[in-house]
Amino acid sequence: MIAAPAARRLSAILPQLVLAPSLVATFIYVFVFCGWTIFISLSDSSLLPDYSFAGFHHYAELWANRRWNIAYTNLFVFGTLYVVGATAIGLALAILIDQRIRAEALWRTIYLYPLAVSFVVTGTVWRWILSPATGIESIVHHLGWMGFRFDWIVQRDFAIYTVVITGIWQASGFVMALFLAGLRSVDQDLVKAAQIDGAGMARIYRKIILPGIGPIFIAVLVVLLQFAIKTFDLVYALTGGGPGVSTTVPAIYVYDLMFQRGQMAEGAAAAIMILAALSLVLVPYTVWVNWHRRHGEAHG
Amino acid sequence: MASLTLRDLNKTFGSVEVLRGINLEVDAGEFVVLVGPSGCGKSTLLAMIAGLESVTSGEIAIAGRLVNNVPPKDRDIAMVFQSYALYPTMTVRGNITFGMESRGVPKKEQAAALARVAALLQIEKLLNRKPGQLSGGQRQRVAMGRALVRDPALFLFDEPLSNLDAKLRVEMRTEIKKLHQRLAKTTVYVTHDQVEAMTLASRIAVMHQGRVQQFAVPRMVYDRPANMFVAGFMGSPSMNFVPAEVVADEGRPAIAIAGANGPAVVLPLPEPTPNSLGDRGRRVVLGVRPEHLTRYDRRLREDKPHLATLEAPVEVVEPTGAETMAVVRLGEREVIARFEADAAPVVGERVTLALDMARACLFDAETEALI
Repeated sequence: MIAAPAARRLSAILPQLVLAPSLVATFIYVFVFCGWTIFISLSDSSLLPDYSFAGFHHYAELWANRRWNIAYTNLFVFGTLYVVGATAIGLALAILIDQRIRAEALWRTIYLYPLAVSFVVTGTVWRWILSPATGIESIVHHLGWMGFRFDWIVQRDFAIYTVVITGIWQASGFVMALFLAGLRSVDQDLVKAAQIDGAGMARIYRKIILPGIGPIFIAVLVVLLQFAIKTFDLVYALTGGGPGVSTTVPAIYVYDLMFQRGQMAEGAAAAIMILAALSLVLVPYTVWVNWHRRHGEAHG
Repeated sequence: MASLTLRDLNKTFGSVEVLRGINLEVDAGEFVVLVGPSGCGKSTLLAMIAGLESVTSGEIAIAGRLVNNVPPKDRDIAMVFQSYALYPTMTVRGNITFGMESRGVPKKEQAAALARVAALLQIEKLLNRKPGQLSGGQRQRVAMGRALVRDPALFLFDEPLSNLDAKLRVEMRTEIKKLHQRLAKTTVYVTHDQVEAMTLASRIAVMHQGRVQQFAVPRMVYDRPANMFVAGFMGSPSMNFVPAEVVADEGRPAIAIAGANGPAVVLPLPEPTPNSLGDRGRRVVLGVRPEHLTRYDRRLREDKPHLATLEAPVEVVEPTGAETMAVVRLGEREVIARFEADAAPVVGERVTLALDMARACLFDAETEALI
């Protein structure tokens, strides 16, 4: 019976064996390429990688660049409005659907559907809708109201808001689904107790239910923020970063430098800045999750 | 004036009848326990009284006011839930004062009421904790505090002790009883535990299959159960049921239990017999609680004039410490008899049993109703 110990040893290492390829791949894709990008950002690479160390001057050039500053500002404008807007609308939808309405599954599907549409399709369709020549403005003109104007998408100062609208349209259904799951997990006895305590529905939501789903708020914020930071295809399809450079976001800037202009080092530096922004969101979140878990265990 | 009146109350969920023709009248200051097995409709009935479930037909009146269409907050009730339903994000203080805040009670009165309840339930030290940081018994107290802080017309309890361990449950039971004796508030209390019902209630409503089977004081429910369901549900170990037949023994009414393979055992009935006893030959069921079936002793005769004796073999002996339960064979049935610990039988012994016929119940074999 020599085979038995061998089989036992095999079954013991089988899980590691199965997980190994994806672990190796993840390691290479995340850490090796991150390291490589950092290295490139410190070199003088242009069209092709160049492995000589050149210091931090690409970062300095990056922050001196007007277009990069527009992109980073856009990220804050878009990120804030998008996260706040999608959370508010998603939460409102979830609360409305939570009222035991008829044909609930149908509404859920309708609101969740935008998420099934890819960013590129969303961007393209909304470009048509928002464009003065083909969309809303043109329809209203055809209806006879010639003075109507809705041309934000071609206005430098307003184009970024069309990106916000489109982003919210796409994300709020997903946010609704997360919130709805949270609302449904609230113990119904709490609601009954609050009813007997004399609280109206608005007060029950404000004081009992919404505080009870606090962790879902955090999850929603984190998911939306990282969506916002790495936004690329939506903007690319909707405005292409224009008019001019007014809707450029960091990801578009990186793409442009790296693959269009052959300024690989500076592109890499910009990519690292995106990574820094993502870490600003994800690191505190991870710390919070771990703290919360330990805190929860401590109190059984 | 009745504190709570239920008239011809019905409840259906779709085509399922959950409650049928409930009629109850709860007097001011009473402690009424709704008891029954799970699925008997007792919790639904409580939810209807609270206004958390709609009424299909019939009437609910609290303190003389019809409340069928009054929302829970306007019914002047307070309720303690089985799950406690403490608001998890609020402190104990917040939990207790939430109702008063919702009703716009001035801060000063809130503080006074909070202090009174916290002292009553001895939870002063817990006021700044969150429910997640409390033990089961402490949560239970806070849930009671939330109900007690108001001065409602009616207290409702929905199985409040079922999440506690056995020892704590007994302690809290006593405490609830003390509280009721002190505050004398009209209370409706739901439980599936017949011991809780017996110990707490001023009157018990035993429910089964959506109907109230019996509504009476605990002694009555225990001694004269309205039917075999009530008889079997109340008391542990439960009442023994033995099929029998009405006969005449030397011209006096008696019942006969068929022997397994011998002559029938004839037990004389105490006189006067109930008018509804019926003719000879009627099939009945004899109900005897274990404590009324014990080892025969001459001295028992002195205070129990209606003692009947019979012999039975002992099959299983179960000592519990204070007393010993034994399974004996009576006719074709196994029945449980109770013995003093120092008079316990041994397995295989043929023991002479004394059966107190004055305490025995007779049920109709068909309708299962008390005769």
